[in-house]
Amino acid sequence: MIDVTALTRTYAGHRAVDDVTFTALPGRVTGFLGPNGAGKSTTMRVLVGLTPATSGSATVLGRRYADLPNPGREVGVLLDASAQHAGRTGLETLRIAARTMGLPARRADEMVERVSLTGPEARRRVKNYSLGMRQRLGIATALLGDPEVLILDEPANGLDPAGIRWMRDLLRGFADDGGTVLLSSHLLHEIEVVADDLVVIGQGRIVAQGSKAELLTAAGTLVRSPGVAALAQALEAEGVHVAPVGPDGLRVEADPDLVGRIALASATPLTELRAADGAGLEEMFLELTADTARESAPEGVAA
Amino acid sequence: MSTTTTPATAPAPITASPARAADRTPRPAPEPIPFTRLLGVELTKMFDTRSGRWLTTSVAVTALIATAAVIAFAPDTALTFDTFGTAVGVPMAVLLPVLALLSVTSEYTQRSGLTTFTLVPHRHRVVRAKLVASVLVGIVGIAVALGTGAVGNLVGSSVAGVDTVWDVSAAQLGGLVLAYVLLMLVGFMLGVLIRNSPGAIVAYFVYNFVLSTLTMALAAYQPWFADLQPWVDFNAAQAPFFDGTFDATAWAHLAVTGSLWLVLPLAVGLWLVGRSEVK
Repeated sequence: MIDVTALTRTYAGHRAVDDVTFTALPGRVTGFLGPNGAGKSTTMRVLVGLTPATSGSATVLGRRYADLPNPGREVGVLLDASAQHAGRTGLETLRIAARTMGLPARRADEMVERVSLTGPEARRRVKNYSLGMRQRLGIATALLGDPEVLILDEPANGLDPAGIRWMRDLLRGFADDGGTVLLSSHLLHEIEVVADDLVVIGQGRIVAQGSKAELLTAAGTLVRSPGVAALAQALEAEGVHVAPVGPDGLRVEADPDLVGRIALASATPLTELRAADGAGLEEMFLELTADTARESAPEGVAA
Repeated sequence: MSTTTTPATAPAPITASPARAADRTPRPAPEPIPFTRLLGVELTKMFDTRSGRWLTTSVAVTALIATAAVIAFAPDTALTFDTFGTAVGVPMAVLLPVLALLSVTSEYTQRSGLTTFTLVPHRHRVVRAKLVASVLVGIVGIAVALGTGAVGNLVGSSVAGVDTVWDVSAAQLGGLVLAYVLLMLVGFMLGVLIRNSPGAIVAYFVYNFVLSTLTMALAAYQPWFADLQPWVDFNAAQAPFFDGTFDATAWAHLAVTGSLWLVLPLAVGLWLVGRSEVK
């Protein structure tokens, strides 16, 4: 359980995190989504006490992170896989963390296996690790203390497709066992496949949040009909916004149920009716972050 | 009727659905991390990296070379405990403080602090463990230097066929231990003050070698400074503690210079460690 309430972090007048409120619940994977520099990492750093909040609060398992007596045993954290001592071996890195948490050295060896690093790899210095191997080592450190909560910043970076699949299954399993997962990414697809809930952030502010199902609905419905013009008319008469897709399709800003009813009432035959997920969520993501994305920032900004 | 994307101001509440979430029985809060464990961890971390290994190896190698060199080249009259102890102790005195320095700076330069300070969110506990570890390494260091010196003295005098001379007094031993602890504290202080490995190492050599040369030169050419020097030069103030010639004035010099060159920057450094962000 992670609770972030009205969290703000200011750097020299710039609001890196601006009044952010969300909850990550046990048993669910919460995806923290946003373009680069949106404030995801800063929020996570405040959450684990590395950065003080300017105002607002952040708690993990009902307590401030700094008040956890042995944080590693309750919260697994991976903020940056590159942030490991290059002159230490992977196994030694894990042993040090295990000792800090008060766990036997054997636990480090178990974790090496759990994240599929080979024995010789674990005995190599981190300097010689690929980013993917560092991510695995970072995940191993996070899982070491058998935590109830995982806080992971861009954990899929540098992993190969098999590694991404492995990570997804691991997080799914962790949440299914009742754990809380907060996972950040700037890649929508990565989050979409594994998250139950989404928190979308842009320029420090939350622009959307809810369960994935809710947000998919919000992303609209795709409908096709031989009588597309009549259907569009009927939908607009009900005050529903539509946009044409191809010669016979419409993207409708309403859930499929409502679109189906309006089609039935107007006696329009349909050839297809479904939630515009996938592409819809991506469109939503781009749309939501459009006003806040860097690409559009320089023009038209009144000083 | 239309549904639009969730507005930013009124986020939709996230509802808990899976019953599984409740299955997990609440776990008892784990025991807090004892300081002794942190101390053990920090001691290990000083030696388990590549730089730590090389520094320790260099200390051992220079100690062996120095001892052998004394036996081979020193005149028989100089084959005393003091000579052997100094031969081993001087290179060690230069290298060991770098271990103390790196134990702090590597958390920032290698960025391992991201993990360290997340596992122990109270930074000052970690830093205190590093401080105690540094002092312990200094004390063990001088013990090893003296032990090696004693062995060298026994072997050297028997090789040369002269009487074994134990010319180090208890007071001198005490002074040496203090001097070593101060050296380690200097390394540690530069670590917390600069928090960057290359920068702190450069500062360490400037602090130990350039500064003392400058003050000596200044004292030699400027009479007004010659009187002032013992009250300003921390390196010079430590010298009597290395050779066991310290008196009340030496203590006063040490206290004044130590406040300026060690205690004050250490306080600033500790304050900065608490405030600076670990990136």
